[in-house]
Amino acid sequence: MREIFDSTVERLFADLVTPDAVRAAGTGNWPAELWAALEESGFGLAAVPEALGGAGACWADLCGVVRLCGRYALPLPLPETLLANWLLGVCGQPAQAGPLSFAASGSLKLAAGKVSGVAVDVPWGRNVPALVAIAAGEVPMLVLLPVEGASARTLRSNTAGEARDEFAYESAVPLLAVPLPANVPADVLLLGGAMLRSAQIAGALQGMLEMTITYANERVQFGKAIGSFQAIQHQIAVLSEHTAASVMGAEAAFSESAETLARLPVTAAKVCASEAAGIGASVAHGVHGAIGFTHEHALHLGTRRLWSWRSEFGTLTYWSGELGRALCQGGAAAFWPSLVAGQLETPAGARA
Amino acid sequence: MSIDQFKYSRIPPEAEALRSEVRTFLADTLKDYPAIRRADSWMGFDAEFSRRLGARGWVGMALPKRYGGSDASPFARYVVIEELLAAGAPVSAHWFADRQSGPQILHYGTDAQKDRHLPAICRGEQYFCIGMSEPNSGSDLASIKTRARREGDKWVVNGQKVWTTNAHRSHYMIALVRTGENSKRQEGLSQFIIDLSLPGITIRPIKDLTGSEHFNEVFLDEVVLDADALIGTEGQGWSQVTAELAFERSGPERFLSSIALIHTLIDAVGRDPDALQAKEIGRLAARLVTLRNMSLSVTAQLAAGENPAWAASCVKDLGAVFEQEIPELVQLLCDIPPTAEGGCDHAQVLAYLTQMAPSFSLRGGTREILRGIIARGLGLR
Repeated sequence: MREIFDSTVERLFADLVTPDAVRAAGTGNWPAELWAALEESGFGLAAVPEALGGAGACWADLCGVVRLCGRYALPLPLPETLLANWLLGVCGQPAQAGPLSFAASGSLKLAAGKVSGVAVDVPWGRNVPALVAIAAGEVPMLVLLPVEGASARTLRSNTAGEARDEFAYESAVPLLAVPLPANVPADVLLLGGAMLRSAQIAGALQGMLEMTITYANERVQFGKAIGSFQAIQHQIAVLSEHTAASVMGAEAAFSESAETLARLPVTAAKVCASEAAGIGASVAHGVHGAIGFTHEHALHLGTRRLWSWRSEFGTLTYWSGELGRALCQGGAAAFWPSLVAGQLETPAGARA
Repeated sequence: MSIDQFKYSRIPPEAEALRSEVRTFLADTLKDYPAIRRADSWMGFDAEFSRRLGARGWVGMALPKRYGGSDASPFARYVVIEELLAAGAPVSAHWFADRQSGPQILHYGTDAQKDRHLPAICRGEQYFCIGMSEPNSGSDLASIKTRARREGDKWVVNGQKVWTTNAHRSHYMIALVRTGENSKRQEGLSQFIIDLSLPGITIRPIKDLTGSEHFNEVFLDEVVLDADALIGTEGQGWSQVTAELAFERSGPERFLSSIALIHTLIDAVGRDPDALQAKEIGRLAARLVTLRNMSLSVTAQLAAGENPAWAASCVKDLGAVFEQEIPELVQLLCDIPPTAEGGCDHAQVLAYLTQMAPSFSLRGGTREILRGIIARGLGLR
């Protein structure tokens, strides 16, 4: 399934998601035709079980798709729709048609069937009809909220002009409210968002790496291609190493995630991708020089996203801190076994 | 090259099944093994330990059964060596034979060479060193001057090798030497298995900056070798050596050299780290997980008969940066100054690995050489 997904999406994006299309879809300019083309392809429902109307794809099948979303700077919430519909499916609920988003943080509460509180940093919030979120209640509840039901909205966008909106709800009636299954952690959307962004960062870095190699081989100074200078070569080598690390991290995270998201691999992926994003953008801009700093050049379509994506759904500091605390709890003897197992372990021989 | 070479590769269950047995053996054997010795990583030499591993079938395990190996998959070997390294076991005695010389003799050797060396390697009894660098040939390896000339059915070797790890306690050295004059420097090189007990060989340990003796100068003065000391094909030494590099550069020893310091750090920090300690420990763990996955991905490519030299260089360079950064980060996290003598385990391991760290980006190819290889692989000329 993976190869078919990758090649289908790559063809579609190469055709439709051109740098001009990405620029045109700046804040507020929803590319409706592009979304229609995507919807027709059925990818929004890919991670939904077949019984609930989806393609039943697993996350391992979808890593390439999400990497391509990053690589082409897709100005649409396809990754968000995948995750939101997946979670609806995990909760036994049917998928929603149309673009969908989610809130991974905020202060939503469910009481007497009504939702109050704030949903923050909702990607593409103003462009979607509804969002999923986890509301606090007696048990954590999955809620589907209509965007138009918000009592107040604060529009924001990230460094790349992608909508990241905030919605306040006062006793709003959700479209849906079901208890989160016991095996699904309450921060599932934060974890899922981190997983998505790690793959998007990997994809964007891969595109930037190729762009940077091409430029270094074409641009001539001092009578030769700048890519023949050792100083440039070594910087691009470092860019490629971090690109490889972010790709590897994302592939591991998606491959180990199924019904539940694999916390340790996802954490590793987001930490490595967040680190790679800053290093990679710095090298790519350094090599491109002034032309890469222009609006006309396509480099910023990647780098301006990296500068936000690395912070979204938990910064390097957040996820590192979570992982570090958990590993210290296990003690030194559990450190290596945990990393090998891909989950926190307490081996028999662990020191007291 | 392609970034997409890095495919996620899980260790197959039959290889994974070995892990608990290895852990039990190590927990038992290294019960009282001190932290500062564990910090030696793959520089810790203990022939008795190597023989015990050999008896378990964990040395040369990827070699065929008829030579004393286990026909084990590269992943099975990976499980064993990463557990040995994570525990800081003293693996140095057999390390180069297990990783490099054994597979090379299997690949290029004559039947007589295989019979002479492989069973003893698998028993953990025959140790090898790798004779590459010379006083004026470091990164520029193709400029080596040590020479072998034919005399009748013998070879006579003259020259000098340097930085040869374990030469002073190995039985054999596989040396790259010049056997012909060619316009292209990489041609006319050949590899020989040199018995280090032969007349004309002088081995002088070189103290490293900590005062330890790991590497050596090796002088070769009219050393007479039998014809069958040549391994592989005369004049093909360069391609034989470069074919080893993917094995040499992608293994877990390229990012686990400082793991002993992470262990003592977690002990020193305790169960309730402050925000900075938690962040840095988590960040190191995240990078370690990813490096390991990259390394396993290269192992899968090697197992499939591909030549992942480019990907292996990525692992080595990123891994060396990681190993070197550990002491730099760790010294900022606890108010425990490094101590070369006395002090707690953490202080001693910190002192030792801080001083060892510069070698991590020298051995197996310098940072600059690796980045040059990576850049060429990317199509930069």
